[in-house]
Amino acid sequence: MEITSPDFKKNASEALADTTLQRALKNVELGFIGKRQDAVDALPEFEALRDLGRDIKTHCLKHLDVYLDEYEKKVTASGGHVHWAETAQDACEIVRDICRSVGARTMTKGKSMISEEMQLNAFLEKDGMEVTETDLGEYIIQLRGEHPSHIIAPAVHVTKEQVEADFRRAHTQLDPNRNLDDPVSLLGEARAVLREKYFAADVGITGANFLVAESGSSVIVTNEGNGDLTQTLSRVHIVLASIEKVIPTLNDLDVFLRLLARSATGQEQSVYTTISTGPRRAEDPDGPEQYHVVLLDNGRSEMLGTDFEEMLRCIRCGACINHCPVYHAVGGHSYGWVYPGPMGSVLTPSLIGVDKAGHLPNASTLCGRCESVCPMRIPLPKMLRHWREREYERHLNPTPQRWGLKGWAYFARRPRLYHQTMRFGMRLMKYLAPQTALMRRLPAAGGWTKHREFPAPEGKTFQQLWAERQASNGQTKGDAA
Amino acid sequence: MSKPHDNKAAKSAILGKIRRSLSAVGAVADPNRETARAEVLERLASKPLGIVPKRGEVGAYEKVAMFMDYAERVSSTTARIASYDELPGAIADYLRAHNLPQSIITGSDPRLAAVNWQSEPQLERKIGPSDGSDLVGVNHALGGVAETGTAVLASGPDNPTTINFLPENHIIVVHADDIAGNYESIHDRLRDLGGKAHMPRALNMITGPSRSGDIEQKIMLGAHGPRAVHVIVVG
Repeated sequence: MEITSPDFKKNASEALADTTLQRALKNVELGFIGKRQDAVDALPEFEALRDLGRDIKTHCLKHLDVYLDEYEKKVTASGGHVHWAETAQDACEIVRDICRSVGARTMTKGKSMISEEMQLNAFLEKDGMEVTETDLGEYIIQLRGEHPSHIIAPAVHVTKEQVEADFRRAHTQLDPNRNLDDPVSLLGEARAVLREKYFAADVGITGANFLVAESGSSVIVTNEGNGDLTQTLSRVHIVLASIEKVIPTLNDLDVFLRLLARSATGQEQSVYTTISTGPRRAEDPDGPEQYHVVLLDNGRSEMLGTDFEEMLRCIRCGACINHCPVYHAVGGHSYGWVYPGPMGSVLTPSLIGVDKAGHLPNASTLCGRCESVCPMRIPLPKMLRHWREREYERHLNPTPQRWGLKGWAYFARRPRLYHQTMRFGMRLMKYLAPQTALMRRLPAAGGWTKHREFPAPEGKTFQQLWAERQASNGQTKGDAA
Repeated sequence: MSKPHDNKAAKSAILGKIRRSLSAVGAVADPNRETARAEVLERLASKPLGIVPKRGEVGAYEKVAMFMDYAERVSSTTARIASYDELPGAIADYLRAHNLPQSIITGSDPRLAAVNWQSEPQLERKIGPSDGSDLVGVNHALGGVAETGTAVLASGPDNPTTINFLPENHIIVVHADDIAGNYESIHDRLRDLGGKAHMPRALNMITGPSRSGDIEQKIMLGAHGPRAVHVIVVG
């Protein structure tokens, strides 16, 4: 996919002006936040589980080389194959070679974010493969020629009217006068069309939520059952997983299973958690004849030991995205690559470079909601700040911004001068503000005031007001700020 | 044509990069990773238990009730029968109540095989994996988990995986004695006395009928798997 992260500002402006998109994005706030809270409230151990999940992942990352080695041994012992891929290109070639070795022409695919990172579909289609996405959301965006705008709800930017139009355009074998008003009929149509694909597929590809070292198993967590049909009905099952997915034991898996669904969709548990170990056994009446795991690094090993190591704890639940006010406003495509929202703004610069993705860590108010809901307690705002520092150190941000920061730093290091200047500034702004008490245009902040008005200061600084309030309270309430 | 992939070289390159990154911050004092390997092997052997929710720590009767309650909260239906003798009747009743033909497909699970199916002469029972043409599949679960109403099914000739996913209606039979409070207890049954896990090819943990929220985040049942799940607890 074309990387449009450098055009974040343009993407965001267009997204804000897109009324259909804005209508669709309302579903993120309505569909996820309340449900997550209810599920969290129903489990008293949830906060302790977050601490434990964080600690298990930290332990895994410190021993990642050893866990991967142990995991591979178990996969091999169960009759599967592990393929190691340093880059996305290597991983694509490995998948292509497996397909060629079995003479595969058609493939079904469950949801996999790293396949997006690899641009796998385009790669295989060039080689003559027919690839069908089977997750309903992924199928919809495949028909539209788009990429996911959310890591767990890939078509969240699409309205049901658009889905209907896409299905009428793509499913020309069906009666053109059929009724598709109800979303249930859209679901039924996708179900029928995709059923045929599962049975026809030579190869089935899935992602992996976890890899279990104890047993050499891969784990997928889904609601639709598409991943299971994909891997059960094909002759060959290929699992795509990035290296940080490995966890020690089934007991550790159970810790993550209690965190993942609640954080993602607000379910107590997703409908299907499937633990897969090796290919079909001699006595098995169904299941794939071959089981392959492609382990992808693609820059992750170099995040270890850096300020961004903690990002590798991410279990891709999407909670940070669901709670992000910036994502709510601009949607996922604005971010311009595979991973949107707060987790994407940290991960994308690591994987494609801060020179291309420098806008992303800046597209945040650092409000902290992402960190407050992250089941792995990843300090996302702190890491966004790290990226801003890197960007500044490498002179990647524009000169006026650098001068602005330098100017601010000059004052911030001189508190008396800072307060004096601020007091003067506030009085000046009060004097200059128009009768509406709102500032329609602020010098050097046109990007902000173009979309909303700035409430005029009332003549005093926050520090002054705070000092007055403390004085009038007679310090009785202490200094809890 | 690109050169063939050298898997060994790729593996050592990736593991080498991981070790270099970890040692750069002083996390690795042992270049041969002997200490790290010992720590990993110890943890894999000891399998420390995580945090297990209190909610599942109840008596056997309450466990079954909680399992059925949570299953219904996720849109499964449930029934409880006293013994396997009642199973054909319970299945036939369910099929009649839902206007389904008296025909099921099952695997060769010995508990299902031992049932006297002649008690419902109308009920036709096919045995084997599903090819997608069956409307109703019946599988016997390895166990149930009370904490979320999850049924756990192991693949194999006894209970083929295709039966879990292809028929529109899935009937899951589970014995009351096999219902545990938490996931850990069920997973532990897959380990032998030495603690080694013996995994089936697929272990399916199923919590309700298939669903999707991918169109405007409205949940609809019957995405790719069963539209309806009926759980029958025996005993």
